Amino acid sequence: MTNSSNTPGESLKIINGRLVLPGSDELIEASVVIADGVITAVGKAAESARADDVFDAAGSIVAPGLVDLCCNLREPGNGQKGNIASETRAAARGGFTTVCASPETSPVNDSGAVTHMIRDVAQARSPIRVLPVGAVTRGLEGELLSDMAGLSSAGCVAFGNAGRGVRNARVLRRCMAYAKTFGLTLMFSPENQALAADGYAHDGLVTSRLGLLGIPEVAETTSVMEMLLLAEETGVRLHLSQLSSARSVEMVADARQRGIAVTADVAMHQLLFTEEALAGFDSRFHVRPPLRAESDRRALLAGVRDGVIDAIVSQHQPHDSAAKQAPLGATEPGLSTIESTLSMGLLLVNRGELTLPRLLSALTRGPAAILGETADVSEGAAANLCVFDPDASWTPDHHSLISAGRHGPLMGSPLPGVVRMTLCSGTVAWQVASR
Amino acid sequence: MTVDQAPNRPLQLTADGQLRHFLTLDGLDRAMLTDILDTADSFIEVGERSIKKVPLLRGRTVVNLFFESSTRTRSTFELAAKRLSADVLNLDIRTSATSKGESLSDTLLNLEAMASDMFVVRHAQSGAPHFIAESVTPGVAIINAGDGRHAHPTQAMLDMLTIRQHKGGFEGLKVAIVGDVLHSRVARSQIRALNELGAAEVRVIAPDTLLPRDVESLGCTVEYDMQKGMKDLDVVIMLRLQKERMEGALLPSEREFYRLYGLDQAKLALAHPECIVMHPGPINRGVEIESAVADGPQSVILDQVTNGIAIRMAVMSMAMGGQMSERNQNLAGGEQA
Repeated sequence: MTNSSNTPGESLKIINGRLVLPGSDELIEASVVIADGVITAVGKAAESARADDVFDAAGSIVAPGLVDLCCNLREPGNGQKGNIASETRAAARGGFTTVCASPETSPVNDSGAVTHMIRDVAQARSPIRVLPVGAVTRGLEGELLSDMAGLSSAGCVAFGNAGRGVRNARVLRRCMAYAKTFGLTLMFSPENQALAADGYAHDGLVTSRLGLLGIPEVAETTSVMEMLLLAEETGVRLHLSQLSSARSVEMVADARQRGIAVTADVAMHQLLFTEEALAGFDSRFHVRPPLRAESDRRALLAGVRDGVIDAIVSQHQPHDSAAKQAPLGATEPGLSTIESTLSMGLLLVNRGELTLPRLLSALTRGPAAILGETADVSEGAAANLCVFDPDASWTPDHHSLISAGRHGPLMGSPLPGVVRMTLCSGTVAWQVASR
Repeated sequence: MTVDQAPNRPLQLTADGQLRHFLTLDGLDRAMLTDILDTADSFIEVGERSIKKVPLLRGRTVVNLFFESSTRTRSTFELAAKRLSADVLNLDIRTSATSKGESLSDTLLNLEAMASDMFVVRHAQSGAPHFIAESVTPGVAIINAGDGRHAHPTQAMLDMLTIRQHKGGFEGLKVAIVGDVLHSRVARSQIRALNELGAAEVRVIAPDTLLPRDVESLGCTVEYDMQKGMKDLDVVIMLRLQKERMEGALLPSEREFYRLYGLDQAKLALAHPECIVMHPGPINRGVEIESAVADGPQSVILDQVTNGIAIRMAVMSMAMGGQMSERNQNLAGGEQA
């Protein structure tokens, strides 16, 4: 593996890979030529083109670089859990070329100074693009509006609540009206705090059996309904982050039919795991929103297949080991997922629960569109690429993970999908030695 | 289908199926539960001797780790350990290390370093004993003395012993558990034990605010009306009602709860004439049970306390046996390697 970069001006030709052309759902074998950080030729035009370097992608898929709408980089402020350098390098290994940085840092990203600091550190230390998400309220405290317009000028691409509550519907309505004024996107994780109370697990069979403190499904659905109604009234661009229940998917589908500008995402682990993951009090699977019932998992998958859910996110939350070393209810929520998000998706593909083109679209075009961007392997596009071998496997363990968070969901077992090379604007962000 | 979820490996059993921790009744079969009851029966006789000691845990150190206060449970565990000839250390953790900022793991590792053989753990968090057994000190036998809302397996087993003494067995029995099932670790363990031991019916009687979601999935039926629920009962188990439940808007008032779900003589008269009355204690007279019932001829509440010592002796000696045989095997394996 290397972290070296191509010299600007040098051209690269990727041959023998398979790729999905824009507007198509089929994988075709084609070459891609890159120069000056831009894709200069694809397919036939690329076959005859000459380049300084050639990368043989035989057996691999050449996808647009993956885009993550929800990633915790833990900088500033939580160095023991990770930092921009460690987590973006982990992301590059996972095939990501763009990650949205959660505003939940210390201090919270609610000021231009923090936004600039994140951008400056990313500029210096990140091999991939880092797009800061601003806090929608000051200190994420849910009471006072943050300087959204100013934060937007400083580089925040959207505004979120990072899973924290907004005091009441009045504040929420004003957040939306203000964001709408400046054409800003809100990324909200819906959760009614009064209903969630002290809960940390889905209020269902496992919680009843083990005596855990439950978060009922209605904690999410009442919040989704409230947000949809307020979004309809204010006309804000609303993105619902990390849905976890079947009813939420239904409500988003209905809202879209009524013409409300709402999009949604789901965390990859919600598509693979259910409440049963907590049956042995395994604190890794303490996540928020909680893993719910199998029927919810199936509905979320169907939502991704139908396009009601636009994007799959990593919801990467690296922690130091102490944060997870306690009785379940006393641990911090979150999984370390950024290195295995693509592999988890490929597990779903191998099981026939998702097609490869749909998986890739939910990890690339879908999230990019929410950011007002495109993600295609096409002539003239930025050379953000993820070249991965879906048939090769790797085993995440305490030693092999790059992220400071070692609480991956599938440790010690071989996973499909090895990212051979990640290119960000034509520069190598991640590469493994060829076989 | 989901992948690679928490493996259901028997954390509390040795490779050959002996107890090495006692964390929950989940995963213990009828033969094991019966073995615990039979072993406890044999210890009841010890309590009747003038010298009430057997040497099963001689030279072993048992640490009572109570992260939540308790007088009765801790005393019976202490007596049980002493009757087994163990050295006993009582730690009231709330007032010691953890209040100085030491983490649970660090506290336990320090105690393990003092050559402890068994931790008796009570903790406010569901799953705390699992966490300790799995991740902190797997070489120390862990006995769950009540964790959060999850389990109180020794309490449930002493209740089973009491029922067996009075009813001869479990076949055909109709048992009701009345009151705050939602917050009760005792109820969860009792429902599990009664199902495994073959009771005919386990009913829970409570308003919906005091029942866990999908409570039937635990192996019981639900009755909101206590008058109806008392019919044909062989055993009625009352649960303690915490005062905080009124503050959480789960109940309007103690008075209304007592009128609807308190066990008085009139309601008890609706049950089978030989129905026994149980309560894990400490009882709230006039909140969940009338004094005349608690002290009446059908009450077996004090038998439960006596049986508590025997059950705890049984579980401690069995778990220590499993833990020692595993240590010996590990030693033997180490020599071969």
